[in-house]
Amino acid sequence: MSWIAELRNVTKIFNGITALNNVNLKISNGEILALLGPNGSGKTTLLKILAFIEKPSEGEIYFHNTKVTDENIAQIRMESTMVFQKPTLFTTSVYKNIAYGLKIRKTPKNEIDKEVDRALKLVRLEGFEKRNARELSGGEQQRVALARALVLNTKIILLDEPTGNLDPKNATIIEEIISMVNKEFKTTIVMATHNMFQAKNLPHHIALITNGRIDEVGTPIEIFGSLSKTLASFAAIENTFAGIARPTGSGITIVDIGNDIKIEATAQSFGKVSIFVSPTDIILSKSSFASSARNIFKGEIVEILDLGSVVKLKVDVGKPFTVQITKRSFNEMELNLNTEVFLAFKASSVQVI
Amino acid sequence: MMEIINSFAEAFQTIFWGNSRVLEIALLSLFVSGAATIIAASWGIPIAMLLGLKNFRLKFLIKNFFNTMVAIPTVALGLILFLALSRSGPLGFLNILYSPTAIIIGEAILVTPLIVSFATNAVEAIDPQIMDLAKTLGASESQASFAVLREALNGVILAVIVSFNRAISELGIALMVGGNIVLTTVIANEINRPEGMPLSITLTIILLAIVFTTNIAVNILKRRIK
Repeated sequence: MSWIAELRNVTKIFNGITALNNVNLKISNGEILALLGPNGSGKTTLLKILAFIEKPSEGEIYFHNTKVTDENIAQIRMESTMVFQKPTLFTTSVYKNIAYGLKIRKTPKNEIDKEVDRALKLVRLEGFEKRNARELSGGEQQRVALARALVLNTKIILLDEPTGNLDPKNATIIEEIISMVNKEFKTTIVMATHNMFQAKNLPHHIALITNGRIDEVGTPIEIFGSLSKTLASFAAIENTFAGIARPTGSGITIVDIGNDIKIEATAQSFGKVSIFVSPTDIILSKSSFASSARNIFKGEIVEILDLGSVVKLKVDVGKPFTVQITKRSFNEMELNLNTEVFLAFKASSVQVI
Repeated sequence: MMEIINSFAEAFQTIFWGNSRVLEIALLSLFVSGAATIIAASWGIPIAMLLGLKNFRLKFLIKNFFNTMVAIPTVALGLILFLALSRSGPLGFLNILYSPTAIIIGEAILVTPLIVSFATNAVEAIDPQIMDLAKTLGASESQASFAVLREALNGVILAVIVSFNRAISELGIALMVGGNIVLTTVIANEINRPEGMPLSITLTIILLAIVFTTNIAVNILKRRIK
């Protein structure tokens, strides 16, 4: 197997804080590698190092078996590009945004026109050339950012949470483009994500990263097959539980996660599974109410984490669930530690992994 | 009151029919202030880029120095320049006192802090990710800096317009080291003469027209660049 990039003992320290700690990672030619880890685990720093816009404090990087040095970094940077989590666009037209990298590479104008056209077709934004990029919707902006990366035909594309802030429709489009580009053009893709559903379905390999360290690398089957200790350690924050699935025959699967907690999911699964419920998909109330949600549990608040405009609450219903609500809701509901609350979420919000 | 109305009428007649002295004063003012602004921008914008994009030990002090210098009284700067350029001063050998060159130098020094402060703020307001973005698309350090400058163009152009307007409207330095040769100094001198009111009004109208036209022209140019 040939490696496109390799990190050897890479450490990155920012103002005394270790963002990456002795990372060793090999990226195969033509694969999709997902960096899966919670926020602040070092995913973005790792991508920036692979994009050669951040230098490691210690360690070495190899690109196509060539050690990256100050002398060759400018040339090697041309082989790699990155799409940021927040779509960063130049304040100009969609055309000029996408053409920027080609102009840097001194591509002739007629070729730029063709390539921009092709890239816009890839991201399904034909006819958007003259639109002001900053005036597009978030999903469209992210697709322009992706087109701007794709148009360069680099050997490796780095994606930082490419669907992180997108609605399901745009997220699906982006995922389809990533998969298609990898298959058709054999482009190596490294993507940071904390979306387990995405990590399970899209990549060939997953690198689990926590606290600046790569803990495990494996195929999605290896990583998710038995919920690994590392995955569980950070996934627990995000309502991930191991359980036994039993289909009911009516399109609903019941997953027993222990402590007499049975969760209904729409996915058809059987046997040992892991489930995930996004903290933003859970409705929290102080009293039970009739709703279409298939999963309703009573519990009490055991932890409160104020994150500014939102508050994360840990609610013990026999298993600890994390719920994210707005600060305004938190204040209006007069919630406190040990307050008795009800959690409700739909069966379709349960991702079975 | 009648005298003022008559002066205005005479001023408009002069502007309409043209007058070689008025034209000469206006063109010289444009040249002097334009040259001062270009000189100030040529070193002010790179300084602003440095202050806006890089972190270094004396950055805070340098930024504060330029911010403070924005408010320097023109008379004080005029006096310092007069002393430096006068025959017995350290730069007296240049023999440029009471010349357009002296005004250009003085006004360039005067507007440099304006350009640096405004342009630094404009560069600092740009998403820091733009620099990284340009690099990930293959830009070199200087190309990435240029991408940031382009994003900050509105603010930088504003800095240049403000500086030009400040230079062309400035009186203290022009009066002390240039003499009675540009719009502001001629306006100030002519108003003190009984028969000078029509010329003062003519030149004031021209001065205001230049300031307005410059603003409009630069705004149109800015849209085209985008």
